Amino acid sequence: MSVLVDRETRLCVSGITGREGTFHAMNNRRYGTQVVSGVTPGKGGQDVEGVPVFDTFHAAVAETGANTAMIFVPPRFAADSILEAADAGIRTIVAITEGIPAHDELRVYNHLVQAHPGTRLIGPNCPGVLSPGKANVGIIPAAFFKEGNVGVVSRSGTLTYQIGNEIAQRGFGNSSIVGIGGDPVPGSSFIDILELFQADDETELIVMAGEIGGSAEEEAAEFIAAHVTKPVVAYIAGFTAPPGKTMGHAGAIVSGSQGTAAAKAEALEARGVRVGRTPTQVAEIAVEILGG
Amino acid sequence: MDLLEYQGKQLFARHDIPVPDGRHARTVDEAVAAAKEIGFPCVIKAQVKIGGRGKAGGIKVAEDEASAREHASAILGMDIRGFTVHELWVEGASEIAAEYYAAVIFDRSAKQPLVMLSTRGGMDIEAVAEEDPSAIATLHVDPLLGFQAFHGRRLAFEAGVDADLVRPIGAFLGRLYATFVAEEATLVEVNPLIVTPEREVRALDAKVTLDDNALMRHPLNAELRDPSAEDPQEQMAKERGLTYVKLDGDIGILGNGAGLVMSTLDVVAQYGGSPANFLDAGGGSKAEAITSAVEVILSNPNVKAVLFNIFGGITRCDEVARGLVEAFNQISPSVPFVVRLDGTNDVEGRQILAEAALPNVYTAATMNEAAEKVVELAATAGAAR
Repeated sequence: MSVLVDRETRLCVSGITGREGTFHAMNNRRYGTQVVSGVTPGKGGQDVEGVPVFDTFHAAVAETGANTAMIFVPPRFAADSILEAADAGIRTIVAITEGIPAHDELRVYNHLVQAHPGTRLIGPNCPGVLSPGKANVGIIPAAFFKEGNVGVVSRSGTLTYQIGNEIAQRGFGNSSIVGIGGDPVPGSSFIDILELFQADDETELIVMAGEIGGSAEEEAAEFIAAHVTKPVVAYIAGFTAPPGKTMGHAGAIVSGSQGTAAAKAEALEARGVRVGRTPTQVAEIAVEILGG
Repeated sequence: MDLLEYQGKQLFARHDIPVPDGRHARTVDEAVAAAKEIGFPCVIKAQVKIGGRGKAGGIKVAEDEASAREHASAILGMDIRGFTVHELWVEGASEIAAEYYAAVIFDRSAKQPLVMLSTRGGMDIEAVAEEDPSAIATLHVDPLLGFQAFHGRRLAFEAGVDADLVRPIGAFLGRLYATFVAEEATLVEVNPLIVTPEREVRALDAKVTLDDNALMRHPLNAELRDPSAEDPQEQMAKERGLTYVKLDGDIGILGNGAGLVMSTLDVVAQYGGSPANFLDAGGGSKAEAITSAVEVILSNPNVKAVLFNIFGGITRCDEVARGLVEAFNQISPSVPFVVRLDGTNDVEGRQILAEAALPNVYTAATMNEAAEKVVELAATAGAAR
């Protein structure tokens, strides 16, 4: 098994006719993901290297049986596209777009919770989801990962690659790699993904990579103590970040005494989660637990 | 983006939130003219993006023209906790019967706006929040429903507002919430929210933080950005579409992806180094963006060595290598570079660097090795000076 994306994934790409949208949709298809359709309003009837394009998500779902959406449109249009995908009945929506206004994210999140409780949003501002050997939805460079039993969930894309790659170099693979994104209102939290990995047969160990800002890591620590029986190894980026400065991700800001890396690491360790101080150390702890 | 008090008040005024009549001034003469227009007594207030202005002497009441001149001269140029005062706000003095506190904040954890009200506003609201949190009434609002009249009543009653003020305070909170939504703020805070002897409510201060990602929809707000107040390197980076934060150390850092760059800063610090900046070159950077980023990093004179830490996903390592070669062609840096390339097109990237044989550029196989090397180089360069 794996989580969120697999061989059953039928992907529809919003923004498939854009340069980046085309590039990554084709990359995902080459990996083996079933890319069944795309959506670009006004370009219905065209195709992108054989993938049919529709004007609406509703038509794409009706015609191609899409069950997963990847959002690749500019920030101004992204919230609308996510809402359209949900309205069309798509259950897994992966939003790659960076820079979506926070109030848009707030409306989308609350609407999905209220009107589409069965729909799961990953991102926005995330690298997507990779289930090695099965499917890749997003921009994760799949060549660096292989099938295995380590589930990875992270707020940061490149940091995920770094940690995943270090684990791969030590001979271990991944069940799924999930980037939840670095924005203030992610569609899915660490807790949502920890729950999926806990229930996934293939996953034997979970790596969680957090960063400064917000309280998602502290909340995850509580959840792990109460509900996760599999070993969890954590990493927190941003120990050296000064307060009041946004470190690249809209969500990564230390305000007052809130959201510091030290406080997050402490909360996790207090709940029995081992925290690596460098990506390399995270991989070493994971390998030690797995018996490498 | 944080607004200055007067910018926040101008925003409030657009949304019918009552604020004292005021004028903006950049010079003593402008301040005196503003004071005469408004009439005496009036208040001269330093405009800086930091709290504790009153305690620092940055807010003074002027009784006449002479004292307006005296206070304006004293406050302009004053240093308030590291912020120099370049602007003043002159407004009519208000008679105060009571000081309340009101705010709407973007609660990330609950994923809903949080509205707060307290009758114990004023300078020590932080202490109240700490010692007696029950003195602050709080309520989450469903953003799809919006702020309702009952929300206002409930907060007012729970905060213990006088009966005759329940309706006006409720209405005030409704307008504050409307401002929060319409301007796409992540914080609107009024402290103090005053009650006058005539039982009118008025915002005596305004603290507003706007969402940078939403400025594209708010051209008036986008103009409020004050480039002169920003660090010159940060300003230069912003113009080039790079995410750059200046730090105190001497090791320039470039990476791709916010998380990896934060992690790089941490690892450099663990090896005993001190980063000079955070620079996220972003996803899918082309060679020109890398060249441009090198210029930004080297424009900080403290930089003694530079670390490139790239794990290419959407970014291609060959583009990064080309960008670095081009930077050497254009500006011939005098400090050493350590480059670690992994990920998409890493073999091509390393090949390009090997062929270019740039002076003083070292490659490293891992992030740890790269951090260790750059710390050593910076220390050597420091000792040589």
